[in-house]
Amino acid sequence: MKTAIEIENLAHNYGLVEALKPLDMSIESGTLFGFIGPDGAGKTTLFRILTSLLLPTQGTAKVLGLDVVDDYRKLRPLLGYMPGRFSLYQDLTVAENLQFFAKLFKTTIQENYHLIKDIYDQIAPFKNRLAGKLSGGMKQKLALSCALIHKPELLFLDEPTTGVDVVSRAEFWEMLRKLKNYGITIVVSTPYMDEAALCDKVALIQKGKILQTDSPNNITESFVKPLFSVKSNERNSLSKDIETFGKTDSFYWFGDSIRWIGDDEKDADLLRIYLQQKNHQALEIKKIKASIEDCFMDLMKGNYE
Amino acid sequence: MKGFIIKEFLQIFRDYRSMAILFGIPIAQILLFGFALNMDLNNAHIAIVNKSGDAKSIELINKINSSDYFIVDQVFNSETNIQAAFQRGEIKEVIVIPEDFAARLASNQKIELQVIADASDPNTASILVNYTQAVVSSFQSQNAKGSSAALPLIQVESRFKYNESLKSVYMFVPGVFTIILMLVSAMMTSISIAREKELGTMEILLVSPITPVQIILGKVFPYVLLSFINAGLILLMSAFVFGMPFSGSITLLLAEALLFILMALSLGIFISTVSNSQQTAMLLSMFALLLPTILLSGFVFPIKNMPEVLQWLSHLMPGKWFIIIVKAIILKGAGFADLWKETLIILSMTLFFIGLSIKKFNIRLATN
Repeated sequence: MKTAIEIENLAHNYGLVEALKPLDMSIESGTLFGFIGPDGAGKTTLFRILTSLLLPTQGTAKVLGLDVVDDYRKLRPLLGYMPGRFSLYQDLTVAENLQFFAKLFKTTIQENYHLIKDIYDQIAPFKNRLAGKLSGGMKQKLALSCALIHKPELLFLDEPTTGVDVVSRAEFWEMLRKLKNYGITIVVSTPYMDEAALCDKVALIQKGKILQTDSPNNITESFVKPLFSVKSNERNSLSKDIETFGKTDSFYWFGDSIRWIGDDEKDADLLRIYLQQKNHQALEIKKIKASIEDCFMDLMKGNYE
Repeated sequence: MKGFIIKEFLQIFRDYRSMAILFGIPIAQILLFGFALNMDLNNAHIAIVNKSGDAKSIELINKINSSDYFIVDQVFNSETNIQAAFQRGEIKEVIVIPEDFAARLASNQKIELQVIADASDPNTASILVNYTQAVVSSFQSQNAKGSSAALPLIQVESRFKYNESLKSVYMFVPGVFTIILMLVSAMMTSISIAREKELGTMEILLVSPITPVQIILGKVFPYVLLSFINAGLILLMSAFVFGMPFSGSITLLLAEALLFILMALSLGIFISTVSNSQQTAMLLSMFALLLPTILLSGFVFPIKNMPEVLQWLSHLMPGKWFIIIVKAIILKGAGFADLWKETLIILSMTLFFIGLSIKKFNIRLATN
C-alpha cells in the first residue's frame, strides 16, 4: 500500500499554547481516515498544516510525497479541502459557486461530474438559490461538491458533519464511502464518536496528542478492562453512591445508564450488593462490550493524569 | 482568472450596499459639494440707510438690489434702526448713504459710503464687503462716464485668473473627484479582500492553483472598471450640472485618473493584507486614507497655511498630487509636459504599494 501522508515529529504552538504535541504517524492512500476528538483537540491545526495553510513549529509532513512547506505550490492543486466552517460564497448561488470552483481549478463541471453526481443531484433543485440561504446539510453537500470538482487525490474534510442533522450526517458518510471507491484518500475529522465506526482507521486525539491509532474494530477489541452498564431508578443518588464504592477504576454517565469500570470483573457482584444496601430498586448491572467512546473515555483519563 | 473576475462582478452587483457605495456616494457627494456647500453668496439680505434720499441714491439702491448678490430688505432714514435689525439677524450688512450724495457725485468729490457688516461670520462679511465695493465702483464709473469732466477715480481692480467668477464648485470638483476615486477604489477592494478572509473563503482560495498575483489582479480588474465609470460620471456631472469648463485634454485627464485609480486600488490591497476583517479594513481606509486625504491634500485647507511638518506630510498624500493634476488640466488646460513630475510621483507610489502588497500577501493563514 502506498503512503498518502507521512508525519514526522510534527508539532505546532500558538505562542505558549501547545496546539499539537510532537507527532509521528502515517496514513495509507485509499483509506477513509478519521481524526476523532473533542473541540480544541488540535484537529483543525493539524489539517491546516497538512493542507499547507499553516507552517508547523517543528517537524515535517509529506502529503502525497510532497513536503507541505517546500512543495506547497505543487501540492495544493492535488488537494480537496473543506474547512470546518462553511467557506463558500454565500452571496453566490449554488450553481455559481460550483462553476467558480471548477474554473478556479481549471476544469469544468462536466469533466468530473460523475464524482459529484450523487451529491449534486440532491442539491440541484436549489441550484439558483443563494448558498447562504441553504440549510446546514445542503451547505455541506455543496461544499463537498466544490471540494471534489477538480478530482483531488486527497480530500481533507474538517468536521464536515458538525451542526448537521442526523439524517444528513448518515447520507454524508454514505457519500464518503462511495468516494473512497474512486480511489480518493479521505481524511476526515469529527467530534462525534459514533462516526468513528464508519472509518477504515481512526486516530483518537485530545489536547494536541494522538492517543491511539488503529481500525475502529481493533480499538474496541483491545479494550480489556471489565466494563459494566449500571442502571437504577434512583438516578439522582446513583453516581454519588458509585463514587463511594471503593473498588472503582472509573465511571461516567452514558445516556440513561452509568458505565462502570471495576478493578476486577468480580467486583461487579460486590457493587450490586453495595448498591442494594443503598436502597437502589430495579438495579440492572450487566457486562458490555466497549464502544469507541468507552475506549476514548478510558484513554482520555490516562491523558489527564 | 476569468472565473475569478466573473465571480467578483456577480458579488458586486448582487450586493446592494456596495453598489450604493460605488455609485450613490459619488453622485450624492458631487451634488452636496456643488449645491449645499456652495461658498458663493447669493441673495444676501441687507439694509440701506439713505440719508440723502435724492434720485441718484435711489438709483444706487436699485443697482444694488438688481445684482444677484443682494436683496435690499429695508431702507431706513437714520441709523437708529440698524442695531435692532442686526440683532434680529434679518440682515447681514448695512450700507449708509451720506446726505450730500448726489451733489458730491455731480461735482466728482470724494464720497464716503459707510458699510457695516455682520462679522459674526467673518468669511461672509468680507465677501459681502467685497461685493459691495464692486457694485459701488461700477456705479461710480457709469456715472463718471456720463459727466463731462471725467476725472477717473482711483480704483483697485483685481482679477482672478482661471476661476474668474471665483465659483467654489470649480474648486470642489477636483477635490471631490480625488476623494471619491480614493474612497471607492481603496475601500471597496480592501473590504472585498478582507471579506474573503473573514468568511473563510480565502482558506479555500489558498488551497487552489490560483496564485496571489492572480487573486490580486482578479480583485483589481472589476474595481478599475467600475471606478473608471465613476470617474466619467463625476466629470459628466460637473460639466453638465455645474457647467464646469474643461480647458484641457479629456484623454489626458482620464489617463491620469486611471493611474490614480490604480494607485488607490494598490493602497486598498495593501490595507487588506494587514487587516483580517471587513471592519478593520473599513476603519483603516477611513482613518488612514480618507481623512488625511481630505485634510492634507489641499482640498479643504490650503497647504501653504499649514505648519511646516504638515506641509511635509502633505507631500505623502497621493491625493495632493492628483488634485494638482486635475486642477491644472481642467482649469488651466495644462498638458503632460507640465505635469510629468506629479504623474511620476503617483506612478512610483502605485508601484511601491503593488510591490508591497504582493510581498505581504499571505500565502498561508495569518495565524502563524
